[in-house]
Amino acid sequence: MIENILKGGKKYWLLISGLLLFMAAGLAAYLQQWDIGLAVTGLSRDISWGLYIANFTFFVGVAASAVMLVIPYYLHNTKEFRRILILGEFMAVAACLVAITFILVDLGQPARVFNIILYPSPGSIIFWDVVVLTVYLLLNIVLGWVALDAEYKEVDPPTWLKPLAIVSIVWAVSIHTVTAFIYAGLAARLFWLTALLAPRFLASAFASGPALLILLALAMKKWGGFDPGNQSLDRLAKIVAYAIIITVFFLLLEIFTVFYSQVPEAMAHFQYLLFGLDGHYSLVPWTWASILLACTAIVMLVVPASRQNRSTLALACAAVFIAIWIDKGLGLVIPGFIPSPLGAISEYTPTLIEILITTGVWAMGGLVLTLLFKVVLAVRQGKQ
Amino acid sequence: MSNMNIDRRSFLKLTALGLVALAAKPALDLISKPSAASALNGPAPGGRLVMVVNLNACTSPDGCIDCIAACHRVHNVPDIGNRKEDIRWLWDVSYDQAFPDQEDRFVAEPLHDRRVLVLCNHCDNPPCVKVCPTQATWRRDDGIVMMDYHRCIGCRYCMAACPYGSRSFNWRDPRPYIKTVDNSYPTRTKGVVEKCNFCQERLAEGLQPACVEACSNGALTFGYLKPGTEVYKLISSQFNLRRKDELGTRPQVYYLP
Repeated sequence: MIENILKGGKKYWLLISGLLLFMAAGLAAYLQQWDIGLAVTGLSRDISWGLYIANFTFFVGVAASAVMLVIPYYLHNTKEFRRILILGEFMAVAACLVAITFILVDLGQPARVFNIILYPSPGSIIFWDVVVLTVYLLLNIVLGWVALDAEYKEVDPPTWLKPLAIVSIVWAVSIHTVTAFIYAGLAARLFWLTALLAPRFLASAFASGPALLILLALAMKKWGGFDPGNQSLDRLAKIVAYAIIITVFFLLLEIFTVFYSQVPEAMAHFQYLLFGLDGHYSLVPWTWASILLACTAIVMLVVPASRQNRSTLALACAAVFIAIWIDKGLGLVIPGFIPSPLGAISEYTPTLIEILITTGVWAMGGLVLTLLFKVVLAVRQGKQ
Repeated sequence: MSNMNIDRRSFLKLTALGLVALAAKPALDLISKPSAASALNGPAPGGRLVMVVNLNACTSPDGCIDCIAACHRVHNVPDIGNRKEDIRWLWDVSYDQAFPDQEDRFVAEPLHDRRVLVLCNHCDNPPCVKVCPTQATWRRDDGIVMMDYHRCIGCRYCMAACPYGSRSFNWRDPRPYIKTVDNSYPTRTKGVVEKCNFCQERLAEGLQPACVEACSNGALTFGYLKPGTEVYKLISSQFNLRRKDELGTRPQVYYLP
């Protein structure tokens, strides 16, 4: 099956070359960072996490969202997901790799990363996150590949696959809960100190992941000659609709608690996020763009006509994806640091090097995704 | 070349053996290790170490930075020269910044106008130690929160967890920014976190912390917190403040207003 990644048309190789180009640019930028240190980023003593950790958090969500296919397919016998289930699992594989790579590029001493394994620290949430992410990555590789192999050989998948899929359901919830705990357990940062963070993460994951999958399926239908089936897209679109509504609802809950209770420090973070603080506004346009995109997407996904039309569905899914990338990325990480525990208000602007490294990691994920999807397509087309 | 021949079978065997050893090591360490922490854990005959800062005796509002200069000199703290990448072990901030929860229009004016020395609080319940994924930071029995610059992977989780902003990160190689290197204390590399260590290396030689020694106004007092000691007398006899003690970190730097 794997040999199919070497057989493709002109468009396929164009896509691969484009991704490799971005990866090369990212690698060049990373060598700079390796050489000079994280001083090449826009990070500072007050804002010590930024674009990398924001993307890490977001892509853990995308990875976890595979469960939105696995639950209906394995537990509710939703047959229409049969054709895209493997795509969801492979998307989780790519997203998991991206998330792990973002942790790596954020480290000040990446060569020492195995200290996490050499000195296991059960008290640290990062330790647990590394453990659960690694296992989840392996689970999805096995789930996707074994199912595809069975399809290729035209046999039923082995019976142990279903129990493993059920394990992966629990595991998907765990990776995002543990990722939320990285933030939600810190008394020092009131912005993150909320039990609602894990549910918020899960809700936004179940919107952004399936939204991306719809976009990918539509793209493959258009350019790859793959038909995901109308019913499966409809069902996924409904999942996105519910999840994005719950996500916005959860955000409103946070806003109510913070502004009605009037605890000054808790309010300051949200003021920075929504309106700017003391003349510092750099996040405000992003925040409102995110809110606007989410609200527009809700309307488009709730109205049946625009949900069922493939073009408007694609637009709505793109809106959901971008809205949540902002909300759960920079919108989550940066306000946690502003104001600082000492009341300092400074701004964070990612540098070009940081952005190139980020797009490089995305391209790496895109490459893994393209290769895996190519194998799926080849197996399916071989059948026709 | 003939004796270098390794057939596929023995190659696989060796690889498997190596993998098993790799996997077993941390497990073995867990049961057998005399951890770095306990090896460096000096005996704590006197209980826990605390610092008392007398805000009235401190002349930092008049521009005195003797303690800060002494600390940064003996610990090779670089002067990077930009706020963004600043490395600070001991520094002074306004009263509002040190005690945001005490912010009050009617705090007595001389107090409100004071500069307040801040440093690592060597918490009894340190959030930074809890979150570290490699145990590169740990709490000794005498209360000092230590840092292993060689184990730190630079994830900066401790910086996010510290409610006092007491941790600094080496965004670049600090060595070119150290005016005169003091060879009695290690310099750091880029990509690791550092902070005040209560002069653990000086205590081991029977000396007082550098800041305490440098202060000519007696504003800083350091010692074991137990009946009869100077620090005990100071904080048990008068009203004192700790920074954000409502968070449950149990900070061990006490301020006499």
